[in-house]
Amino acid sequence: MNDQLKYMTGQVAKGTMTRREFVGRAAALGVTAAVANSMLAGNAQAAAHEAPVRGGSLKIGSSGGESTNTLDPALTASEVPLDNLRHLYETLVEVDPSGSVEPRMAESYEASADAKTWAFKIRKGIQFHNGKDMTPEDVLKTMQRHSNEDSQSGALGIMRGISGMKVDGDNFIVELEVGNADLPYLMADYHLMIQPDGGMDNPGAGIGTGPYTLEVDEPGVRHGFRRNENYWDADNRGFTDYNEVLVLNDATARTAALQSGQVNMINRVDPKVAALLDRAPNLSVKSVSGRGHYVFIAHIDTAPFDNNDLRMALKYAINREEMVDKILRGYGSIGNDMPINASYPLFDASIPQREHSIEKAKEFYAKSGHDGSPIILRVADGAFPGAVDAASLFLESAKAAGIPLEIKREPNDGYWSEVWNKQPFCASYWGGRPVQDQMYSTAYLSTADWNDTRWKRPEFDAMLLEARAELDEAKRKAIYSQMGSMLRDEGGLILPMFNDFVDGVANNVGGWIEDPNAELMNNKAPIKCWVKDA
Amino acid sequence: MHPILKLIAQRLALGLLLLLAASVLIFAGTSILPGDVAQSILGQSATPEALANLRRELGLNDPAVTRYFSWLGGVLQGDLGTALTNGRDIAESLGGRLKNTLFLAFWAAAISVPLAIFLGLLAVRYKDRWPDKLISAVTLTTISIPEFMIGYVLIYWVAIKWRMFPSVAIINDSMTLGAKLNAIAIPVMVLTLVVLAHMMRMTRAAILNVMQSAYIETAELKGLGMLKIIRKHAFPNAIAPIVNVVMLNLAYLVVGVVVVEVVFAYPGMGQYLVDHVSKRDVPVVQACGLIFAAVYIGLNLIADIVSILANPRLRHPK
Repeated sequence: MNDQLKYMTGQVAKGTMTRREFVGRAAALGVTAAVANSMLAGNAQAAAHEAPVRGGSLKIGSSGGESTNTLDPALTASEVPLDNLRHLYETLVEVDPSGSVEPRMAESYEASADAKTWAFKIRKGIQFHNGKDMTPEDVLKTMQRHSNEDSQSGALGIMRGISGMKVDGDNFIVELEVGNADLPYLMADYHLMIQPDGGMDNPGAGIGTGPYTLEVDEPGVRHGFRRNENYWDADNRGFTDYNEVLVLNDATARTAALQSGQVNMINRVDPKVAALLDRAPNLSVKSVSGRGHYVFIAHIDTAPFDNNDLRMALKYAINREEMVDKILRGYGSIGNDMPINASYPLFDASIPQREHSIEKAKEFYAKSGHDGSPIILRVADGAFPGAVDAASLFLESAKAAGIPLEIKREPNDGYWSEVWNKQPFCASYWGGRPVQDQMYSTAYLSTADWNDTRWKRPEFDAMLLEARAELDEAKRKAIYSQMGSMLRDEGGLILPMFNDFVDGVANNVGGWIEDPNAELMNNKAPIKCWVKDA
Repeated sequence: MHPILKLIAQRLALGLLLLLAASVLIFAGTSILPGDVAQSILGQSATPEALANLRRELGLNDPAVTRYFSWLGGVLQGDLGTALTNGRDIAESLGGRLKNTLFLAFWAAAISVPLAIFLGLLAVRYKDRWPDKLISAVTLTTISIPEFMIGYVLIYWVAIKWRMFPSVAIINDSMTLGAKLNAIAIPVMVLTLVVLAHMMRMTRAAILNVMQSAYIETAELKGLGMLKIIRKHAFPNAIAPIVNVVMLNLAYLVVGVVVVEVVFAYPGMGQYLVDHVSKRDVPVVQACGLIFAAVYIGLNLIADIVSILANPRLRHPK
């Protein structure tokens, strides 16, 4: 966030500037209304709290931990390992709550005019937990480990466009095949944690530059972290002496632990109980709208989904409001059959919202000439929370339009390897990405591995590449708007809802701000919050 | 050789054979499941290259039979190998989990077995009167409710409303025995309620069965009190079926409590096994399976031996 905005949010917090004024002036600085509002919410909250309190300890009850977890950032895919990563390691840059890039291990960065060559100036005087200095070579080695031919990294996909990397003095240089204005967002990916020697020798050792050092590592049970006395950014992170992440996969166990005061914060509050839980006196439920979405995906190269009229019939048949009400219990917002919402930078709010319409669904279904054979929708409980119920709602509203939808329950076990991205029509979810380019390149580029709707349009690919190298934001926004509309009207993606991140936080936790990037303040709540009565 | 020693040796040899068969079944079972460990580790973020690299490193490209025999070779030398998913030594991480499982099972058994037998005796003493009916009604109710439900109800009252014991039962080596017992208080209550009815009913039925015999009538006629008759004459003769049921329940306390472990986040073997099954981590699943099978076989062996020892006719075969 630039200084002007920082000053203005302070003004609002003090009450000398109104919210409306702030949003207006922020727009003048090129910030969209949605981003301005979320920025304001976060900062106003933070300003309302007293100064950080040092000491004490935070306990985090989190789902998504297993005894099979490792501390290797390359193999991290679930919530508890993510919490662990944020304690121990840091990335070159991060995406901050307002959606802009915040320098961390790199103190600054710049791009060449064609956005093909990027230089990250590496911060000096930072030490790893083992006492070794963090150098540009460590950064280079880290990036190599995630992109070389032996890589097992979850970040391998986003490292593909890189044609060369090198160290030049204090700088780490990245060269791209095609210009990419969003490269810093890619470098903020949580897999790309800087490790000594790139983690080539022992990637799971837990040695990083983060605000906490590893003390206890019992995968699937608990992970304990001691404050790193040597931390470079101690003014902003690492307030408590000791943090503990407890693995509580059972939703009721998590809420009970929070209610009985055994933990200070939990993730994934079940929307069904969120409103009830919020009434408990010693805690509050925090929800923030994010970029994650629950979807039904059809392969547009497979009959009968190769018929756009049929896809349109299905899109009109789904009742989005009902889904947000009944599946998300209001903790979410309706989708528009494109994976982008107002939480993304450069979102075009003028694209019309698709409304539920049985008449139009009937009309398109008749036009499609479908032979009336059952349309099989595969779904499992694990596809997203409430997926089976959502499919039943979809089935009912489709029935009203005369569309012969049929649900096939699949086991959770093996859903992601056997059903998703293999079967022509199924339920799924996406976590969202910090920028539009990344979302589209991950799942809607012709060559993408996870193109789970088989959306293969050369003109779409060309627009994506054009927008990627375009440094003029107005032009980029126009291209993205066109791409979004195209997906909305022709794609195999049926996107009824965007889900909120719903966390539970005890009242003695200070420093909570809204962060739409991921749950628990982008998994950074444990390192950015403090205990008020420590 | 003494016939009983011979019998034990026979049973042990059979047990080992059964274990081998179990390991083949487990291996085949995990191989049939869809997906492999590489896919499970990388999940939704798996790219074909990363998958291929991981498979090569984990040796998943070898044929299944080769993998099974190399695993078996290691086990015969006492080496359980390392977990495919996080590269940890299995014996080490499993050891801690097994200790926790046995700790919870021990305390649950230490409370539930004497309690069940005592309640069973009490029910016989007051047969068809209100104490008998009350004991049966309560224990049958708790066995009929799913264990997670009992867990949630107890959490709500004991942990949240009364704040007597914690709802999260995570224990570790640095805790004192007192702290550990405090942590596992609610899970022990749940397990006790779950296993009580089975053992209590069997005690009651076995003793009532004996009570019909002529020698009990004789004891009554010579003027012994009811409790004394039960203790001295009925119980020793009813011990075989009771021990069998107790052993089955002990086996359940060791191998069947995964749901309770999940509800209380207890770091036992059940959760450990489930995590590794869902990740297709075959060596760990094999190791857990072997231990579970060994517990079942071992406890059944003990039950058999005890019933033989308790019965003079079996103790001195012709």
